[in-house]
Amino acid sequence: MIIFHNVTKIYSPDSFVLQNVSFEIKKGEFVSIVGKSGAGKTTLVRLILGLELPTSGEIYFDDVNLNNADDAKIQQVRRKIGCIHQDYKLLPKKTVYENVAYILQVEGKNNKEIETEVPKVLKAIGLEDKVNNFPNELSGGEKQRLAVARAFVNHPDIIIADEPTGNLDPYNTYEVISLLRKINATGRTVILATHDREVINKLGKRVITIENGKIIRDEVEGRFII
Amino acid sequence: MFTNLKRIVDFATNDFNRNKGISVAAIFILTITIMLVTSLLFFHGMASYLTSQIQNKIDITAYFVDGTQEQDILNVRDKILKMSPNIKSIEYISKDQALISFNQEHKDDSVLAQALQEVGDNPFLPSLNITTNGNPSQYASVVNILQTSDFSKLIDKVDFSQKKDIIEKVYSITSNINTAGLILGVILIFVAILVVFNTIKLAVENSKDEIATMRVVGASNWFISGPFVIQGIIYGLVAFIICIFISVVGVYLLSSKIEVILPGFNMLAYFLTNWWIFVLIQLGFGAGVGIISSFIVVKKYLEI
Repeated sequence: MIIFHNVTKIYSPDSFVLQNVSFEIKKGEFVSIVGKSGAGKTTLVRLILGLELPTSGEIYFDDVNLNNADDAKIQQVRRKIGCIHQDYKLLPKKTVYENVAYILQVEGKNNKEIETEVPKVLKAIGLEDKVNNFPNELSGGEKQRLAVARAFVNHPDIIIADEPTGNLDPYNTYEVISLLRKINATGRTVILATHDREVINKLGKRVITIENGKIIRDEVEGRFII
Repeated sequence: MFTNLKRIVDFATNDFNRNKGISVAAIFILTITIMLVTSLLFFHGMASYLTSQIQNKIDITAYFVDGTQEQDILNVRDKILKMSPNIKSIEYISKDQALISFNQEHKDDSVLAQALQEVGDNPFLPSLNITTNGNPSQYASVVNILQTSDFSKLIDKVDFSQKKDIIEKVYSITSNINTAGLILGVILIFVAILVVFNTIKLAVENSKDEIATMRVVGASNWFISGPFVIQGIIYGLVAFIICIFISVVGVYLLSSKIEVILPGFNMLAYFLTNWWIFVLIQLGFGAGVGIISSFIVVKKYLEI
């Protein structure tokens, strides 16, 4: 599903963010990418989303080579990916309902479908009473649940969560990770980039460890070892 | 396509309503700049009127030899008209008309009346009074025709040399007014565009994280930039409506006062005659600058 082939990313001559990174993520996998802050996890996520281009090497999403894909192709790839970020990246001027509906509107879904799907998803994550609230009126946990709802509403092939629990207390962390496991149980691929040792050790899933821009470990049932 | 367009318009109107502070600021700046452009248009009208009035007052007179037949003078007039296309008007003044005009002009001056009586006969010469578009070189070319053509023997004198300095001075002043107005206008419009551009840049920059998020979720460039461009149109339209209202009220209130300063210039008539130019400039400037600014600024954030 996602293939990184000898990918290197350099921002400046003395700053290698990723060096010859190669791995493959198959459909339905739950893969955690771990590493210290600045190890290159977020750059890796941005490369998958086509927000940045590799300095060398190739990245494939399904059959699309992201290196030379045009805008329309990149946008199609992004629509197949649901993203959850540490800082939520919600649309501050849109209500809870509109934030979730926006994803379906981007895909060109009709209004009837949106009116059915959005309340269902909001109910599933317990935000049905907050539909008309704006993101700044929600707690941290609620914001992250809304980010999960937004990432999942269009049933994407893959969910990428970049430090999704970084700003959450243990209870909300547990909730978000449970939601990701449930999503993975439906057959969708989940990529979790984190430096939360406890979360990784409890998951018991594949772990790719990055250090100084290089993959130092890739284990099927890995643990957080740095 | 239609659904997407409707969604983009809905996003734009929602953002417009939810960011009242920014919307009001953008409309205020646009209104000020459109009014500045409108004022320049009014000043242009007044300056043109003033210069044309001054230029209309400048003429050259060709005096014919005493006893020249009226028909010969009229023939000369037709020939001059044929030879010089830049002539605005050419008027024949007979000996009798010249005397009547002089008497009317100096009816209260007993000394002049007495002097005229002592001369006895009508001392005035028949003449042709010629006006061109005010350019001294055109006056010179008319004088050249008067002095070198086959009919020049009928002409006693041409008073151009006496007026030459005045004509050149007036032409130079009016040319300078036009050039200075043009330069000032271009500078002011440039500054106005920069101010509007920066205001819209601030409005869009306020949403740069939002634009980044929209890109991540796979929104197309048009789906992202569309609402900002439509907001630019809304800013421009609202500013246009305010400006046209201010213009109408302003013209209504100031028309009589301007006429006192500049007799003969009817501001209301000028506004009504050029109504579509005012509308086009206000609408074009407001919506045009709004749209282009939004488009350029959003495009910057859409680049990888």
